[in-house]
Amino acid sequence: MADYNAMELMISVAARELENGATCGVGTGAPCAAAMLAQKTSAPDLVIIFEAGGFKPELPEMPISVGDSRTFYKAVIAGSMGDTMDYCARGFVDYTFLGGAQIDMYGNLNSTVIGDYAKPKVRLPGSGGANDFASFCWKMMVLTPQDAKRFVEKVDFLTTPGWLEGGDSREKSGLPPGAGPHRIITNMAVMDFEPISKRMRVISINPGYTFEDVQENCGFELLKATEIRETAPPTGVELKILREQVDPYRVIIGR
Amino acid sequence: MEIISQGIGPMFVDPDPDKGRNFFQRKCRKMVNKVMKLQDAIAQFVHDGDYLGIGGFGANRSPIAACHEIVRQGRKKMGFAGHTASHDMQILSAGEVFDRLDVAYVVGLEARGLSSCSRKYLESGKVQVAEWTNYALSVRMKAAAMGVPYLPTRNMMGTDTFKYSAAKIGTCPFTGKKLVLLPALSPDVGIIHVHESDIYGNCRFKGIAVADLELANASKRLIITTEKLIHIDAIKQDPSATRIPYHLVDAVCEVPFGAYPGTMPYEYFSDEDHLKEWLTVERDPEKFKDFLNRNIFACKDHEEYIRVNGGSTKMRALRAKELLLYKEEK
Repeated sequence: MADYNAMELMISVAARELENGATCGVGTGAPCAAAMLAQKTSAPDLVIIFEAGGFKPELPEMPISVGDSRTFYKAVIAGSMGDTMDYCARGFVDYTFLGGAQIDMYGNLNSTVIGDYAKPKVRLPGSGGANDFASFCWKMMVLTPQDAKRFVEKVDFLTTPGWLEGGDSREKSGLPPGAGPHRIITNMAVMDFEPISKRMRVISINPGYTFEDVQENCGFELLKATEIRETAPPTGVELKILREQVDPYRVIIGR
Repeated sequence: MEIISQGIGPMFVDPDPDKGRNFFQRKCRKMVNKVMKLQDAIAQFVHDGDYLGIGGFGANRSPIAACHEIVRQGRKKMGFAGHTASHDMQILSAGEVFDRLDVAYVVGLEARGLSSCSRKYLESGKVQVAEWTNYALSVRMKAAAMGVPYLPTRNMMGTDTFKYSAAKIGTCPFTGKKLVLLPALSPDVGIIHVHESDIYGNCRFKGIAVADLELANASKRLIITTEKLIHIDAIKQDPSATRIPYHLVDAVCEVPFGAYPGTMPYEYFSDEDHLKEWLTVERDPEKFKDFLNRNIFACKDHEEYIRVNGGSTKMRALRAKELLLYKEEK
């Protein structure tokens, strides 16, 4: 077994998706680690944006909250939530990373309730800024464990839009055209969305797993890209930066 | 405008801007000394049944001392804007203060985990809920601040978040595109914690504004808690630094460390041990009762609460953390 864990791989894969100079709305945790790693490797001019108003900070460490003071440490402006979401609404923000308790084959996310809305088994936080980011940012990505309880046929509550019911349903709903889910990165594979049906499709499989492993841990039928690659594992440089500079206390990569 | 669809969630506040105008026509314009004790400000301006908005971002520059005082005074049946609400909502849930809730972000403390107290309270069926997003609630307050009944945006469409909101979807009269129409939200009372205020309520705060300017302008009544009072000459020397002007403000309460155990930018970082204690102890009803007693009900004020939790030694340590004083030392 290689000398890295699944979280380190997921963060490294996510970081490589972010090109230099792009804007990226992030939350705390793994997405923030990915954005920080990107800044310290291939995308030094990546602009990190936090929903509470922090714009282009030089993160001294991993924030605990998307509104704590690290999110505007040495930033160029400490704005407001309205400012951040206005940028997104205007089409200024390229990427965002989101998560949820459930995700379906179109990348729709649930972070509101498990069970029936009127009598929920578990009440969850709700949208927060996720629905906003997913409605507006050009490319939405998700970092999540591959698990059939999470990858479900139908989300119990559609909190945050993916491709809705697939095809052109997202655009028809009134959401800004051209934006939507882009990559789903798990401990087993990387997925994109087939351009016509907008269904989730495996494009690369992480070292040590097979397509069958991925399908077994998914509650709906996955599409296959014509050519499925093996996901490139984290490089020595990525691991060193991740462990020494991004997350020295292993808050995220120790999970 | 043609209305295409409509959310089925409850609307807790009337978006009619003329009712707001009639209220603001009578609001005092005089620049008078508004300094009072927090206990008095909560007694005078926060009533049972009122709709409440809390500033900051959950455990960041939020008026935690005021949340404690609301619980201590036993307010009930309030409406609450669950906008970026984390530790503030945890406290208000412990007191079962509200029974109507506009949800944007609730029951969680972000990366720290879910609050079982907030969760159980929402799952109990005692609270009426409408779903929104963080941007939506901020825009709704902006609409109230502008004196218009709604503002259009392009989020929420196609989702259950829209379905369980009280928003509508209409057709844009200029472009024919679909827009979500967000009704104005004017809280009866807003509470915001700032770094500095003069005795009249001219305020400065540092760092991100979150949705505080929208909240300050949308609220009918506004209570300011401030780390410290400053002289009005300091305000007049640099009016561009004023974030909230006196005429929006009804009460000014000097509450040092008023955002503790949350973060106050450039002053003190959050007390993660104490927040973890909250999250742990609230799972056990008996222990939680004792905990609330020790930290809220038996405390006369915020100063005593801070003394119970480590006093000035603790606050100095949190200041060092906030300012990254020892960051380079390993």
